[in-house]
Amino acid sequence: MIRALATFVFVALASLPARAIEIQQITSPGGIKAWLVEDHSIPFTALTLMFKGGASLDAPDKRGAINLMTALLEEGSGEMNSVQFAEAAEALATSASFNVSDDALVVSARALTENRDQAADLLRQALTQPRFDADAIERVRAQVQSSIRSEATDPESIATKALAAQAWGDHPYATSINGTAESVAALTRDDLIEAQKRILARDRVVVAAAGDIDAEALGLLIDKVLGGLPEAGSVPLPEPAKLGLTGGVTVIDWDSPQTVVTFAQPGLPMSDPDYFAAVVADHILGGGGFSSRLMDEIREKRGLTYGVGTGLANALYGETWQGGMASANEKVAEAVDLIRQEWARFAEGGVTDKELTDARTYLTGEYPLRFDGNSKIASILAGMQLVGLPADYVNTRNAKVEAVTAKDVQRVAQRLLHADQIRFVLVGRPQGISGDAAAAPSN
Amino acid sequence: MTIFTRAAPLAALLAAPLVTGPALAEMPKGISHFTLDNGLEAVVIEDHRAPVVVQMVWYKVGSADEQPGKSGIAHYLEHLMFKGTDKVAAGELSKTVTANGGMDNAFTSYDFTAYFQRIASDRLPLVMEMESDRMANLKIGEDDWQAERQVVLEERSQRTDSDPGAQFAEERSAVQFYNHPYGRPVIGWRAEMEGLTRDDANAWYDAHYAPNNAVLIIAGDVTPERAKELAQEYYGPVKPKAGAERGPRPQEPEQRSPRRMERSDPRVAEPVLIRTILVPERNPGDQKTAAALTVLAELLGGSAQTSVLARELMLTGKALFVDAGYDGLSVDPTTFTIALMPAPGLSNAEAEAALDAALEKFRQDGPDPAQLERVKTQVRAAEVYKKDSAHGRAYDYGQGLSIGLGIEDVNDWPEILAAVTPEDIRAAAELVLDSKADVTGWLLPAAAPAATPAVTPAGDAPAASTDPANPGESQ
Repeated sequence: MIRALATFVFVALASLPARAIEIQQITSPGGIKAWLVEDHSIPFTALTLMFKGGASLDAPDKRGAINLMTALLEEGSGEMNSVQFAEAAEALATSASFNVSDDALVVSARALTENRDQAADLLRQALTQPRFDADAIERVRAQVQSSIRSEATDPESIATKALAAQAWGDHPYATSINGTAESVAALTRDDLIEAQKRILARDRVVVAAAGDIDAEALGLLIDKVLGGLPEAGSVPLPEPAKLGLTGGVTVIDWDSPQTVVTFAQPGLPMSDPDYFAAVVADHILGGGGFSSRLMDEIREKRGLTYGVGTGLANALYGETWQGGMASANEKVAEAVDLIRQEWARFAEGGVTDKELTDARTYLTGEYPLRFDGNSKIASILAGMQLVGLPADYVNTRNAKVEAVTAKDVQRVAQRLLHADQIRFVLVGRPQGISGDAAAAPSN
Repeated sequence: MTIFTRAAPLAALLAAPLVTGPALAEMPKGISHFTLDNGLEAVVIEDHRAPVVVQMVWYKVGSADEQPGKSGIAHYLEHLMFKGTDKVAAGELSKTVTANGGMDNAFTSYDFTAYFQRIASDRLPLVMEMESDRMANLKIGEDDWQAERQVVLEERSQRTDSDPGAQFAEERSAVQFYNHPYGRPVIGWRAEMEGLTRDDANAWYDAHYAPNNAVLIIAGDVTPERAKELAQEYYGPVKPKAGAERGPRPQEPEQRSPRRMERSDPRVAEPVLIRTILVPERNPGDQKTAAALTVLAELLGGSAQTSVLARELMLTGKALFVDAGYDGLSVDPTTFTIALMPAPGLSNAEAEAALDAALEKFRQDGPDPAQLERVKTQVRAAEVYKKDSAHGRAYDYGQGLSIGLGIEDVNDWPEILAAVTPEDIRAAAELVLDSKADVTGWLLPAAAPAATPAVTPAGDAPAASTDPANPGESQ
């Protein structure tokens, strides 16, 4: 970057646009808490509900029950079968998606202002009166079984599963939320009702809304949607997971011209005093796309991959520092070696002032850009509540990034980044690199 | 025969005054449109809810404009556009955007190549300066072009050669189109990609990259007045090039022979049928057929519960999944797609017969009026919901204008969709179901599936920001 653009680079250091997001924290007449960002410019409301615990609340011998139950919430409830329910939603032009992950069952809904109450009735019905009709169970079960078979022939899924199995031992994180062909085949309607009791409860849920609705109307709406749920889930929330990862290489044979690589090492929780230093370090190391060291060394300078990246993977009950890439079988050994070298260089040498400044400017500048739509805002606000952040975090977060110094980055890098602690899982026919005996994939 | 995207002749462009389009009064709220003296057409989409702006530049050139033997050059050049100018070093554009809190990317498809940045609105001048700079002053360094050729080859390995479904799609397209370059993959055939050079890239850039062959979209927290002022300041001085506009392409002759293909691969878990049928695209002032095809696709496959194929095949236990798809944003005739995954226990032949029977029944019965009304309700509601994403609307206008539609065609599209009648849908169904210009492909598992570890994923993967509306190959 030279000459003509220098003035703009300087601008980058000046203050960022601070258009405050105003979050209202409300409590409904029925006692349910919610966060709201009002914006009446478009006549619809986005609502996000997150039920904490997600598929990790599966009973140990019923893996896949919460996932199957979640998929059936839109397949018939109350007096409506699956077709009637879908027709009713289409007629209102409302939509609700039901998804579950390791940590949360997430409902993302939106409704036009003109028929918001009717849309809320439908959502209440789906969450409180699912029918679990036999034909719907069998239809969706067959779809889940198909996904399980497809994942078994997808190299990225194979790599992710193998890494998780090594990382998380007995915790549900170690296995797929889909369950296995055997566990899903054995699930009964009673198992789905039990799964529903485990997670769809008022003590599990966080609520966020954005758009054309005020606090009073939102309070009434969430009482309508959630008031009929049981007070409490039937089982305790998941236990913290213990990370059992060891450094080394796992190779899984797969007939492909390219090797898929996924890797991880221990991370740190958001409550750690050095969390934001790690966020900055990760951006410089591998999280920052084309401005990261790994992308520069492995893609830009050598053309060894189409993409390489890292990230702090902070789940509710455990965390890693992980990454991934894909590279030609004959080149992947060189690419893996470069990751290890960059890891070591970072731990030993720290970062330059320019890298630090650029990273802080990106991380603080990018943050307000996330809030550009009702659906995005509702999703972010629910996510914040799920992980236990206060509402004023949106206004304090950037100061925490700004406060990170080069010394902080170096300290957290020396503490956490250990090339010999990285577990690489390679799926392909890599040349010049082989797996260690300790980590043969379990079956 | 539809070559309809020829831009206006250069002389006419040079004579065009720098004014907002004449149809200002008919513009949807928050949309404005103007054309610079050098021919650069621009659309501004206002949304002041967040301090964010998106700049996109769409060049009206894509892989279907390539010459035989040089497949992949449009996409390869897209990558090389990040290799710098006299003012900006290789890689610095993305790094500067990132250092200013923004993100950038690019993508190439058959009909267009587009570049975008998403950034705080007070940084708009910065990204406009850099984007306009590389419209005219690209310098591809000696050290950069060979490494980048490796990158696009790795991209091909990752996206296509590691994925039997993607490989099959590539071969199905080659069979679908006898003569039109839509039969070639956007990313290119590997052997031809390996032979691409810096000279090829420079020739491509010199021939096609010019303001009179581009569309600028500014969406988000900016006023039309400010956007026009900045566009004039940064893009105004860029010289137009005579002959930069898209030329005629080879066209499809009449197709008389339905084709069938089959491929088995051990990496395939489930059998899938994919049928594509050659159909018309959206044309300026003539979008009615495309609108009927769009609604037809929604009626046939738009819902897993209420669509025609879902009711006939999924709810009856004959298929695990069904789909119908059509996207009319294309320069030349494109494809309507119907897909199905048979339920376990049903042979592929039985599943295909059930599909054909369901389609024939629809052809006889026509659309269900209640279902059609619900689809139209959703079309109208989509006009409300889509205002929630300025970035998404930027794609609507960028893609529409870059395939040769006028801004009024893009503006009118929702109304044209809402006006589709049952008779229009019957006619569209005839077009699809009576056609001989179709390819039916079965992608099948091989006899012996590979053994894999039966274990699974943990905590959330690192958040990867992907663009929801990103078509084609990305950077």
